[in-house]
Amino acid sequence: MAMSGQQPRTLFDKIWDAHVVETLPDGTALLYIDLHLTHEVTTPQAFDGLRAAGRKVRRPDATLAVVDHNIATDESRRTGIVDPESRLQVETLEKNVKEFGVPYIPLLDERQGIVHVIGPELGRSLPGMTIVCGDSHTSTHGAMGALAFGIGTSEVEHVLATQTLLQKPAKNMRVLVEGNLAFGCTAKDIILAIIGKIGTAGGTGHVIEYAGDTIRALDMAGRMTVCNMSIEAGARAGMIAPDETTFEYIRRTPYGPKGEMFDRAVAWWRTLPSDPGARFDKEVRLAAHDIAPQMTWGTNPEAVLPITGTVPNPEDEPDEAKRAQMRRMLEYMGLTPGQRLTDLKVDVVFIGSCTNSRIEDIRAAAAIAKGRKVAEGVRAMVVPGSGLVKKQAEAEGLDRILREAGFEWREAGCSMCLGMNPDKLTPGQRCASTSNRNFEGRQGPGGRTHLVSPAMAAAAAIAGHFADVRDYQPKEALS
Amino acid sequence: MKPFTTLTGIAAPLPKANVDTDQIIPARFLKAITRSGFGKNLFANFRYREDGSENPDFVLNQEPYRKAEILIAFENFGCGSSREHAPWALLDFGIRCIIAPDFADIFHNNCFKNGILPVKLPREICEKLMDDARMGGNARLTVDLERQVVVRPNGEEIPFQVDPLRRHLLLNGLDDIGQTLQHAPAIDAFEAKQRAAQPWLYA
Repeated sequence: MAMSGQQPRTLFDKIWDAHVVETLPDGTALLYIDLHLTHEVTTPQAFDGLRAAGRKVRRPDATLAVVDHNIATDESRRTGIVDPESRLQVETLEKNVKEFGVPYIPLLDERQGIVHVIGPELGRSLPGMTIVCGDSHTSTHGAMGALAFGIGTSEVEHVLATQTLLQKPAKNMRVLVEGNLAFGCTAKDIILAIIGKIGTAGGTGHVIEYAGDTIRALDMAGRMTVCNMSIEAGARAGMIAPDETTFEYIRRTPYGPKGEMFDRAVAWWRTLPSDPGARFDKEVRLAAHDIAPQMTWGTNPEAVLPITGTVPNPEDEPDEAKRAQMRRMLEYMGLTPGQRLTDLKVDVVFIGSCTNSRIEDIRAAAAIAKGRKVAEGVRAMVVPGSGLVKKQAEAEGLDRILREAGFEWREAGCSMCLGMNPDKLTPGQRCASTSNRNFEGRQGPGGRTHLVSPAMAAAAAIAGHFADVRDYQPKEALS
Repeated sequence: MKPFTTLTGIAAPLPKANVDTDQIIPARFLKAITRSGFGKNLFANFRYREDGSENPDFVLNQEPYRKAEILIAFENFGCGSSREHAPWALLDFGIRCIIAPDFADIFHNNCFKNGILPVKLPREICEKLMDDARMGGNARLTVDLERQVVVRPNGEEIPFQVDPLRRHLLLNGLDDIGQTLQHAPAIDAFEAKQRAAQPWLYA
């Protein structure tokens, strides 16, 4: 472990330094991994590799498995998985966790949910940790003040066998957001605005630390939304320094450290924030009051505009390659230059995913939905991120508000974020989605995804077209 | 893993930026539990029409690119999901080298773990190679990892950079888990020290 005292270090530097087992002659580090989250899609080939080589899981106690990607989010999950390939993948995970002694949260357990929702919620994802998962949205856990990043299946196997990864250090980037967030704007609007500014490769090779008083003022759910989409800016990871908000959150989790152990942990966590004068290779600043409610119009997350905007005209783009890409985006999305974003009708509204399915997100949607009705012809669904989120929402009566307004109230899972379980768009359907990727075909072949915040998605469901959430403020208080 | 030394083959032109891993292989095809068989669904949303028939406009459905071993593309190749099914699909189709101005980090990593060489070259060179690739079967490219050069059909040699450790592993087809396990005593020592300092990390 490198000792402080000389060079001021960043949050990333400190966690990195504390986890270097050895540095190889060429500068590659053997980096220790504190928590390995796993799910059914990116692990079967890794467990096969272990079996073939006669290797064990080095630290089952630092590993946690859950099913989330493949599963249905309706009642059908109680009677078994219908799709034979999905069923085989889930059964394979169940066989593997048993054989290798890995702790597992089964489908019908109330703690089941999206891997990036349950890690923090259960108190398994903690500040100062290195956290990996075979999923790019692992960056979510950076909100805890951890170094968390997605890996491929070969690396999953490497971590299972050795509890380490071979890694080159990343560069440091800081995104400072300052000032009060404007009325109607949320963490989702912040991260979409950041990606709009720096682009989908703006963070490549870097770990982004989000800082500034706007970020400090976010609750943990908001911080997770911001860190979640770091990968959409190309960054290896996103992180936020742990503070009192973080510690209070962890204190309420079921499996976080307790008592004297909690106090010891907090004492260490307080040493983690970036030192004054720490050097960042790249720095970007945004003023919170410049951020309006955001909505993507194209097929990558940097193709984003304020809701008050109009569909851009490719002919105004000077770069030929970009012009061609924009034309293709408009063709795929079925848009015409100059159309007002608020004139676009929606077919489907999806509120869920590891970006926006926490209790705070569901409260935001319910606040807009209360006393209103989903527009005719719109299918609107709310998919809680975990069984515990679902239980909490039901205890608060949010499910009733949403159902009365005409939303479907579902079971926890990845659902319509990625088009690999029964929840999919059909070709040509236009969707207001709180998820993270608006790629061609992401939510189903031919599906047209517009990324928005939960409140904006709820407003679109009520209006039947995209709408400025600032015109749809709560009619009645929630309770 | 199959070593990568020198590859001479047909290069397919894919003049697009931000080719994400959902495009390379859509999620609905990620349900297999082995590493093989993903090639038929490589670029499925572009290669096949809604009725399942081949789309003749897509480059990999055209001769001679059905046998392409090299892919030329533009910026930020492999962005998005961490799915290693993307390199598995490319490899299963027969692609062993991708040349682009830059790559997304996780995809870049995943390539090396599977014997695929991602080569970063400036945009203007990628455009020249794109033109070479458009010439079809008469214009094979050679990618020589030993000498770190791409050889154009006209004989011009273009040098490229690659991480020395990754080059070594790729040239020799080495599994890095075996290498890492040689450091087991250091991992044991790290754990003993960490357990004493941060006992809450140990159940």
